[in-house]
Amino acid sequence: MGLAKRIIPCLDVTAGRVVKGVNFVNLRDAGDPVEIARRYDEQGADELTFLDITASSDDRDLILQIIEDVAAQVFIPLTVGGGVRQPGDVLRLLNAGADKVSINTSAVTNPQLVKDCSGRFGSQCIVVAIDAKQTVWGANPKWEVFTHGGRRATGLDAVEWGKKMQELGAGEILLTSMDRDGAKIGFDLNLTRAFSDALNIPIIASGGVGNLQHLADGVVRGGADAVLAASIFHFGEYTVEQAKRAMAEQGIEVRL
Amino acid sequence: MAVDIAVVDYGMGNLHSVAKALEHVAKGASVAVTGDAQTILEAGRVVFPGQGAAPDCMREIDARGLREVIVRSAREKPFLGICMGLQVLFDHSDEGDTPCLGVFQGQVKRFSQDKMVDAQGSRLKVPHMGWNNVLQLRPHPLWAGIDNGARFYFVHSYFVVPEQPALAVGYTDYPSQFVCACARDNVFAVQFHPEKSASAGLRLLANFVTWNGIPA
Repeated sequence: MGLAKRIIPCLDVTAGRVVKGVNFVNLRDAGDPVEIARRYDEQGADELTFLDITASSDDRDLILQIIEDVAAQVFIPLTVGGGVRQPGDVLRLLNAGADKVSINTSAVTNPQLVKDCSGRFGSQCIVVAIDAKQTVWGANPKWEVFTHGGRRATGLDAVEWGKKMQELGAGEILLTSMDRDGAKIGFDLNLTRAFSDALNIPIIASGGVGNLQHLADGVVRGGADAVLAASIFHFGEYTVEQAKRAMAEQGIEVRL
Repeated sequence: MAVDIAVVDYGMGNLHSVAKALEHVAKGASVAVTGDAQTILEAGRVVFPGQGAAPDCMREIDARGLREVIVRSAREKPFLGICMGLQVLFDHSDEGDTPCLGVFQGQVKRFSQDKMVDAQGSRLKVPHMGWNNVLQLRPHPLWAGIDNGARFYFVHSYFVVPEQPALAVGYTDYPSQFVCACARDNVFAVQFHPEKSASAGLRLLANFVTWNGIPA
């Protein structure tokens, strides 16, 4: 009984297909987004996150059609991110059927966007995505925020940045460790813990899941409210249901 | 021609999901997302959703001249309130000190940050976001086929406190009990999002679209 920890499969979409890479490069085709979304829903996914990593602006609108198709068939919360630059982008995604929109690079270049969008559409639908890379090790570790799909350093301290995003009205933080992304060695639990201790809004841990114990560790040791994973689900290693059963066995509240 | 189901559109939030979910469970029924008073008054049943802040919701309802239409619909036909569509049915919300529609007697309060600790001593976040158990306080046609304690998807920072306990038909713990579903006569209203609550939510919507508006 009580609020369940969420398992969120993540679908990276480019030009209408789901892909998965390692450390943000070497993309592999993983299939049709609507078909994959339906499969995860049937397995008991608590939410789905779509990240539009389309490089060409010509293909950007493809995501709207995908979200419309998914939203007509899958009745769980849908988060969409990638290329969100202005309130109009948020509105178009919400109208297509997204429940939450995730803002990453534009939150750094224009923090006011987070304030404007949470004021206009409500905090509940504004997720700020933070890509963080460790810069200081030892007793007082630090992480830096990167943007542009992890290619550009910002000089911003990740935890301080998270607090600022909370103040500006973010409803949730999608926290990705760039050091761990695609590496399958588990979440950066120190990073996750630093955020969950410092912020009052829910934290979604992302980056590094290679097995089911990693998901449980994100919740129990990292203090995450939700865990996000891509490759362990896309390539059929585990189902969402197996992940939930493994978490339940360790006493974690999940929706079964 | 009158529509079967009117989803009240007053500019607050994504109504696409609600409409899609209703179309999914009510095959062949006409579903209109509308802010038109006449369409709402003539509809067979009314869904009153909403997201965002109470002051904005009330301002938009009045700016569109929909106050009387909503109150009248809640007296006359099967009526389903969702999220803010539950909260603004009450007398008053603490969010922005906002007088609301007064269909139900009672107040809307915020989760108090300092009391948000669970039995294990872990800090609970506000907003209350995610899947939580809904305990049914008494039978109702809209609970038909739904397990007592089934999980539904929530996202909110405020909750309703009805003056009359008999109004409550469901509650949830976070960390203490709050009322998450209210019903009286032809009105059923919930804090959670049935349109985002997978099979349990679709079952509740399916129960609503065939409900005759009689409580038992």
